[in-house]
Amino acid sequence: MTAVRPVPVPPREYHFPRFERLTLSNGLRIIVAPARKLPIVTVLAVVDAPAVKESSGEEGLAELTAVALREGTKLRNGSEILEDGERLGTSIECGADWDRSILSMTLLKERLEPGFALFSDVLTAPEFPTHEVERLKAERVAERLQIIAEPRGLADEAFSRFVYSPESRYSEPLAGRTGSVTTLTTDSLRRFYSANYSPFGTTMIIVGDISTDEAVTLLSSSLDGWKAGDAVRANVNASQLRSSRGMELIAKAEAAQAEIRLGHVGIPRKNPDYFPIVVMNSVLGGLFSSRINLNLREKHGYTYGASSYFDWRRNAGPFVVSTAVQSEVVGAAIRETLTEIDRMREEAISEEELSLATSYLAGVFPIRYETTGAIASALAALEVFELPDDFYDGYRDAIRAVSTTDVLEAARKYVDVNRLQIVVVGPKETVESQMEPLPFGDLSVREPIES
Amino acid sequence: MRIPIETFQLDNGLFVTLSPDRTAPIIAVNIWYHVGSANEKPGRTGFAHLFEHMLFQGSKNVGSNEHFELIQRAGGTLNGSTWLERTNYFETVPSNHLALVLWLEADRMGALLPAMTQEKLDTQRDVVKNERRWSVDNQPYGTWWEKLPALTYPEWHPFHHSLIGSMEDLSAASLEDVQEFFTCYYTPDNAVLSIAGDIDAGETTQLVQKYFGGISRGQERPALAPMDLPATFGSRLHRTVEDEVSLPRLYLAFRSPVFGSDEYYAASTCSAILGMKRGSRLHKSLVRERQIATDASSFTFDLTQGADLLVTDVTARPEVTPGQLEKEVEAQIAALLDDGVKEGELERAIALIETDMIAAMQSASERADRLSMFATYFRNPELLNEQAERYRSVTVEQVNAFVREHLIEENRASLLFVPAVKTDASVKSEAVGQ
Repeated sequence: MTAVRPVPVPPREYHFPRFERLTLSNGLRIIVAPARKLPIVTVLAVVDAPAVKESSGEEGLAELTAVALREGTKLRNGSEILEDGERLGTSIECGADWDRSILSMTLLKERLEPGFALFSDVLTAPEFPTHEVERLKAERVAERLQIIAEPRGLADEAFSRFVYSPESRYSEPLAGRTGSVTTLTTDSLRRFYSANYSPFGTTMIIVGDISTDEAVTLLSSSLDGWKAGDAVRANVNASQLRSSRGMELIAKAEAAQAEIRLGHVGIPRKNPDYFPIVVMNSVLGGLFSSRINLNLREKHGYTYGASSYFDWRRNAGPFVVSTAVQSEVVGAAIRETLTEIDRMREEAISEEELSLATSYLAGVFPIRYETTGAIASALAALEVFELPDDFYDGYRDAIRAVSTTDVLEAARKYVDVNRLQIVVVGPKETVESQMEPLPFGDLSVREPIES
Repeated sequence: MRIPIETFQLDNGLFVTLSPDRTAPIIAVNIWYHVGSANEKPGRTGFAHLFEHMLFQGSKNVGSNEHFELIQRAGGTLNGSTWLERTNYFETVPSNHLALVLWLEADRMGALLPAMTQEKLDTQRDVVKNERRWSVDNQPYGTWWEKLPALTYPEWHPFHHSLIGSMEDLSAASLEDVQEFFTCYYTPDNAVLSIAGDIDAGETTQLVQKYFGGISRGQERPALAPMDLPATFGSRLHRTVEDEVSLPRLYLAFRSPVFGSDEYYAASTCSAILGMKRGSRLHKSLVRERQIATDASSFTFDLTQGADLLVTDVTARPEVTPGQLEKEVEAQIAALLDDGVKEGELERAIALIETDMIAAMQSASERADRLSMFATYFRNPELLNEQAERYRSVTVEQVNAFVREHLIEENRASLLFVPAVKTDASVKSEAVGQ
């Protein structure tokens, strides 16, 4: 033990894994990143089949299509796909996002060849058998019942619905509601698939114990013959429902705590002020040592944790402060949060706060990319957000270049106190009277509903 | 695949494992203290976990909340966690900050108490109470964490009581308790330090000696209450819980051989056959084929003393009653008892376990944590390199022997969550209560 604090030695150099790009004759894009530490490979397909391409009333179609891919092809039924994969020690994970659908698998190098044959079969030749689609729909309906009973998920969903205008796809849950999911049919899935899954709209990413040549041979042998379909337009509406402040309480009688969401419609990912915004948010609520968490948790003991984030999407995702507090202190916790937001916009942060955020963000960068899965996801983000190939190489310098003035400007420009919306899920009898005096207009109170 | 492992022990008893890997300039530091909720005194449930929070409140040379700040400023991540048999603390940082992490960990191991105040304890007590509300009380099925051990371990057993603790016991915890717990359990001879990643073994050994060498060994620790238990429950156990949930859920648990024993590998493989991923027995039969469940999985607690638990966890479809759910799950267990597992099921399970193990080794933090685990429980971190082989040598006969001995009727405990029925009567009684 010693009272003398150690000083760091000079850092060792790090760079994001090198990767190569290629394009097959049918338009399929390929990214290969050899990372040969362990005998393991991650295969990931990013497909331009996002939830924002669903028509109104078909919410949940992108997600259902993605998970139904692995339920049967011309060659294999759903059980065979599952069993063939798991015997190889892997399974194909599928899902849709606001901006894409993703299929991925991680497996041992020695099992890559049969594993990839399965993967490309699922990606290019799904059949969407009716009985499996109906089962997946029923599972989704059950999941909806679970979400209604779960305060965190309920609060997130209610916030989106309260903040976005009904015309925006973002106002509805990513995977749809009971009402929309039950109307989907095998035909809707086939239509969505043929419109959105094509080599032109797909990037295959391979990361791990493999060379570029090996990867290209593997991919072209099974994906060269994949044919293109027609493209569909996306719903780009991301407008906010109210131009002034608003608040809502979702009454949940037995709740031991109140879930709070506070924020507004944010900005699209492609923004020239991205780095100042990231640093600003880290100081406000992104880090454990952020202002909001230190205030609500460490100073007042109101909560186990409080954080803020910009949900980055191609279009304007929400800016949200999220926490769960003892029901008796909802009003106080909201006021403390508003104070921290005001303070962020009124005066520049200190140099100490700035350097904490920038040295954290620059320092954890290599820690984020230890696994083949994490590297593949980072490469997928390049594709989805159309970022330059040197984005990760320049990341740490761009973070370190942010100044306290940049942060102040970002807070003033991108956090709008006049448009803030609040949604609370909690017991009406304790929470309502605390919310009513808040300067957020009339309080609307409703029950959790599903339609 | 083997990862390099070196071990040594300081004179004060601190057991150290090192695992160099210079692929990326990052290191993971991980300390396991061999103390968990099993060591708590009566009337102090939740104390081991509350104490974990206090370890982030500063020490002799470190200010309150400075631990978090210094690690984050270094570009690192950190946390701690409490379990029935151990508490761990861990950081991953750029490798040029190794000395800082060792200094911080040594300062709180050697001199926590000068920084402890009543005010800090009171705040963290509130934080932990909110953690309990958030993760247990306000989560559908959230109380299963304390109800299942309560149902399956006898009242006198150290694994019986709640890990997160009762509100009443959390309120009762005092600064004297903090002092006593620290002096007793947070000593170098009750800890394992693991460092994985971009290190030079020789330099790191010197740094460990420099920062931890001067910390005194502890006194004798009170022995745990006897842990031994019969191999099975001996009778059918059952508890039904009404909760704010939409769908019935059954936790069906079996007493099972302790983590690390020869039989454990058969039990763990059986658990994977039953409920690891969507191709497992329970998922395939109940979710895909019979379509009475929305989800099914199973896992083991991995406890090393007395007896472990193998738990299956199945959630019903909306139209399925709790009684039906229970019958369907029991029928699957009966089928397993009748037919035994097949070679193909075993191969599937081992292949999945193997991929998981190798994928986990990509992360320095995972490597360090598992080294600490094997060193803490068995004084043998090399066991990490033997796990794949242990699983590969499991036979169908061993799994079936486990099934015959442990999946029997007299060794089943059902914890059944059912949606609370809101009758007029219950609404009235609430009104009267206010």
